[in-house]
Amino acid sequence: MDIFIQQLINGLVVGSIYALIALGYTMVYGILQLINFAHGEIVMMGAMITISAISVLSATGIGLPGPVLVVGGLLIAMPITMLIGFIIERIAYRPLRNAPRLAPLITAIGISIVLQQVAVLVWKNNPRSFPDLLPHEGHNFFGAVITDLQIVIVALALLIMVGLLVMVEKTKLGRAMRAVSMNQAVAGLMGVNINYVISMTFVIGSGLGAIAGVMVGANYGLAYPTMGFMIGLKAFTAAVLGGIGNLGGAVAGGILLGIIESVGAGYLGPLTGGVLGSHYQDIFAFMVLILVLVFRPSGLLGERVAERA
Amino acid sequence: MLTFSKKNKVTAYIGMAVFAVVLAVLPFIMGATLGNTWVRNLDLAMLYIMLALGLNIVVGYAGLLDLGYIAFYAVGAYVYALLNSPHLVPLLAGTGFEWILHMPLLVVLPLAALMAGLFGVLLGSPTLKLRGDYLAIVTLGFGEIVRLFMNNLDRPINITNGPQGVNLIEPVSLFGHKFSQAITVFGVEFRSVHLYYYLFLALALMIIVVSIRLQSSRIGRAWVAIREDEIAAQAMGINTRNVKLLAFAMGASFGGVSGAMFASFQGFVSPESFILMESIVVLAMVVLGGMGHIPGVILGAILLFLTPEVLRDVVNPLQDKLLGERVVNPENLRMLLFGLALIFVMLVRPEGLWPSKRRKAELHEKDEKAAAEAAEKESAHG
Amino acid sequence: MTLARYSLIASAVVALTACGNKEETPAAETAAPVSATAPGDVVIKIGHAAPLTGNIAHLGKDNENGVRLAIDELNTENVEIGGKKVKFEMVSEDDQADPKTATTVAQRFVDAKVAGVIGHLNSGTTIPASKIYSDAGIPQISPSATNAAYTQQGFKTAFRVIANDIAQGGALGEFAATTLKAKKVAIIDDRTAYGQGLADEFEKAAKAKGVTVVGREFTTNQATDFMAILTTIKGKKPDIIFYGGMDAQAGPLTQQLKKLGVSAKVIGGDGFQTGEYIKLAGDNAEGQYASQPGMPKDKMPGFGAFNEKYKAKFNTDIQIYAPFTYDATRVMVAAMKKAGSSDPAKYLPEMAKTDYAGVTGPIKFDAKGDILGGNVTVYQVKNGVWEAVATVGGAALAPAAAPAPAPADAAAPAPAEAPK
Repeated sequence: MDIFIQQLINGLVVGSIYALIALGYTMVYGILQLINFAHGEIVMMGAMITISAISVLSATGIGLPGPVLVVGGLLIAMPITMLIGFIIERIAYRPLRNAPRLAPLITAIGISIVLQQVAVLVWKNNPRSFPDLLPHEGHNFFGAVITDLQIVIVALALLIMVGLLVMVEKTKLGRAMRAVSMNQAVAGLMGVNINYVISMTFVIGSGLGAIAGVMVGANYGLAYPTMGFMIGLKAFTAAVLGGIGNLGGAVAGGILLGIIESVGAGYLGPLTGGVLGSHYQDIFAFMVLILVLVFRPSGLLGERVAERA
Repeated sequence: MLTFSKKNKVTAYIGMAVFAVVLAVLPFIMGATLGNTWVRNLDLAMLYIMLALGLNIVVGYAGLLDLGYIAFYAVGAYVYALLNSPHLVPLLAGTGFEWILHMPLLVVLPLAALMAGLFGVLLGSPTLKLRGDYLAIVTLGFGEIVRLFMNNLDRPINITNGPQGVNLIEPVSLFGHKFSQAITVFGVEFRSVHLYYYLFLALALMIIVVSIRLQSSRIGRAWVAIREDEIAAQAMGINTRNVKLLAFAMGASFGGVSGAMFASFQGFVSPESFILMESIVVLAMVVLGGMGHIPGVILGAILLFLTPEVLRDVVNPLQDKLLGERVVNPENLRMLLFGLALIFVMLVRPEGLWPSKRRKAELHEKDEKAAAEAAEKESAHG
Repeated sequence: MTLARYSLIASAVVALTACGNKEETPAAETAAPVSATAPGDVVIKIGHAAPLTGNIAHLGKDNENGVRLAIDELNTENVEIGGKKVKFEMVSEDDQADPKTATTVAQRFVDAKVAGVIGHLNSGTTIPASKIYSDAGIPQISPSATNAAYTQQGFKTAFRVIANDIAQGGALGEFAATTLKAKKVAIIDDRTAYGQGLADEFEKAAKAKGVTVVGREFTTNQATDFMAILTTIKGKKPDIIFYGGMDAQAGPLTQQLKKLGVSAKVIGGDGFQTGEYIKLAGDNAEGQYASQPGMPKDKMPGFGAFNEKYKAKFNTDIQIYAPFTYDATRVMVAAMKKAGSSDPAKYLPEMAKTDYAGVTGPIKFDAKGDILGGNVTVYQVKNGVWEAVATVGGAALAPAAAPAPAPADAAAPAPAEAPK
């Protein structure tokens, strides 16, 4: 039983990480109907820049406590990823807003490759270890273990989701976002500065990406230039599962996907007599993606129909 | 492309004859000047041309973005590898199915095409309703699923030999001659790489001819109609489901042929040859060259195939000379340029380097429209 | 390695052996590295292939340095083959750790009519390339490819001077059973040719020693989250956990194991017997085991002298395999001398009969081309550094002090070779 609880906790933690990243995908998709393939790379950039920033900060010799260092590193990384997000939108997506749908998708792949290779140039291929600065005391929970950091990750995913919901529902920018997402042309006619709203979406999404990157790095103790792609893909799956464009759905989808993966990897092997086991862990996400898109393209919580003719 | 007005017919025929002669002696010229390594590269370039032409059917003609195309290449490669290597012998021993091993090329090749085509339909059928980016993501997932299965189907029953890959694949054998051995005809020695060159050239030409014929056929026109407006196409009585599936199947089978040839040429296949990046590279060949335009796609395949060689020739000596050490790895630089090229082409020349007239016109018409709209907006705001 | 794999477009690599050393800047292809080649001397080309770009370029460079050192020495020794003075020349190529590139490189060697090849570094490149060498009849010695399949293809031209995965997996299995007294083990592999191959051999050896395998789990060489499989393993309460894979995964895996409160030790192969692992696993690396084929460097008969020469020449530390590539080159030339010819067809039979006292220990080949009595050393992390704790296998402990070549039949077969 404790093993099962542990698997649920594992799923919850990894799912919360997916959720954090999925929020970024879903925001952009909700407004532009565009898969920002490069979002996974933003997450990677956030983690890598934070590692570098922390090493610079700790080299100053002030002797700051660990969590302060991490937050400091993050505060340096966030504006940089926000700027990257802003530039990506300006260069690669904005000029193609009226182009065939294939075009922005291909530039997104291009951006993704470029960011990855820039990271390789700057940080080399080898994984960087993430400094061990955050408390990760283990807590016993019905025989299962959960660490402080993992609790922070889960809480953060929920907190950021609530924050974003408040922003979208209550602020002027949020109202503008909703307007643009419903109908760009009409929103423009109503005096909404479309370009500003879209830019802000990318900036906020990229800032969240940096937070997610730091959480990934701190939780696993390392970061590397190619880490963004797979985790980005899974987060996207989570966003689709929850209903793309829906913030609550992104979090629900992320956590659900995390649990599917953990429990699948943990129990599918014995259930199928070893035919399907943990070696198919990465397939679950793709299977979920295909099944959702085929049978319920609107996702768990989404209202929008995915098919657009 | 290959249609000419009557006036130019004579010059065209002469041109084609010259071209054919050049193609025929190319490996010998290459071999004499640059070494057989370049003939080998030529062979591999042919494989990529076949692959790119196959993807061109799906992406260029039918407008369905496929990010998992390399899966079909993998299927073809494994079909050939498993049927022409000792790997399956213990599994089949005593089952009465030993005869499926070592079948002649003329059986294996269509079989590889057929299997890949089946996988194409398998991928196509659940994704029929999806468009654009959703389709891209699902095909990407499909490509990964195929690779993961190949990597993991060594247990509980060892079918694909998992990550170890399939080794000792037999070379192509045609008219009783094994391609691994040199053959001398009229005093000219044809080595293994030469023989493969002619075989690949023949297959590539076949695929080109099929592509050309398809383009102007009923099916080809149906694909274009779907690409431009699916609902309108349906309204015009096109069975979009079948036509789309056919595009997937056709494209996949070309990939399967190419994959089978790859397996025989290399003598070894393993799942790590079929990663996602490869799908993206083939897609880039199609996109950069000119979607839907056969000469453009061929150009794209050749260009992207050549870049790494050129880069390696230039980048490393340059760094050694200027800096005394290697700061940038040419492979890294290649990927960087590759990403930048994808962005740049989409922004500046979305029709590709060598587009068909039709595509060019279409895209620029849209550009003009967009420009007009923008101007309108400007004036409205102002 | 990822980068190398990206290299879809198989590439003709141009021999750029230009190395960091300023004195030797001209590429090896165009100029023999040492002094002037007197006219009339016969020049014998020896090919070397390893990844010189990408993730493990430092290892490739190290291999290349070993060959270069051997060749430069040979050129000052006035070697005569068949009564003629000869000069050796290294042709070094970058195979990018990519199978497709490796076959292209192999073809280039055949074109360049090299007398023999030292390489490749990885198993994934060595195996496909070996077919081309075999077809061309060119002898090949791999200094570092450990996958058993390499020498099991029946190629007469394939040799290696390092213990293979059967030996390594076997040694680890024996170490786990006898020294660590493990009763129950769990096995994880990363589904790469290397990780899976090693894990399978370990599993066989462990089972043969009466150890129960309580779980076999899998991950990938891109993964960072191992909690799900580790939780499953935790439930099965193994004494030790074997991981077949590289340091980039072994590091976080070890950390997550500690997070789950599992105290079982991690054991594995040369993939994470690296400094990188200790960095990535942090404090949790302490006490974990990993092996490396060959003797510990300080126990190798000729290591001291070799190390000095190497440092003097290249002004850098030996990574891993340089002593092995050095020996491989020497073995090849020794066979040429004996045969009195650098013609592959003529000296190949002599290669098979090799009996050579090398820097790394005595070198003899079995019928398949594997080194006889290749040994494996198990290391443990103690106070943040890897320390040799045991050497398992053939001629392991005898020549620790004196470089006396082992007597002809004394070299026991590598452990666990039988079960295959």
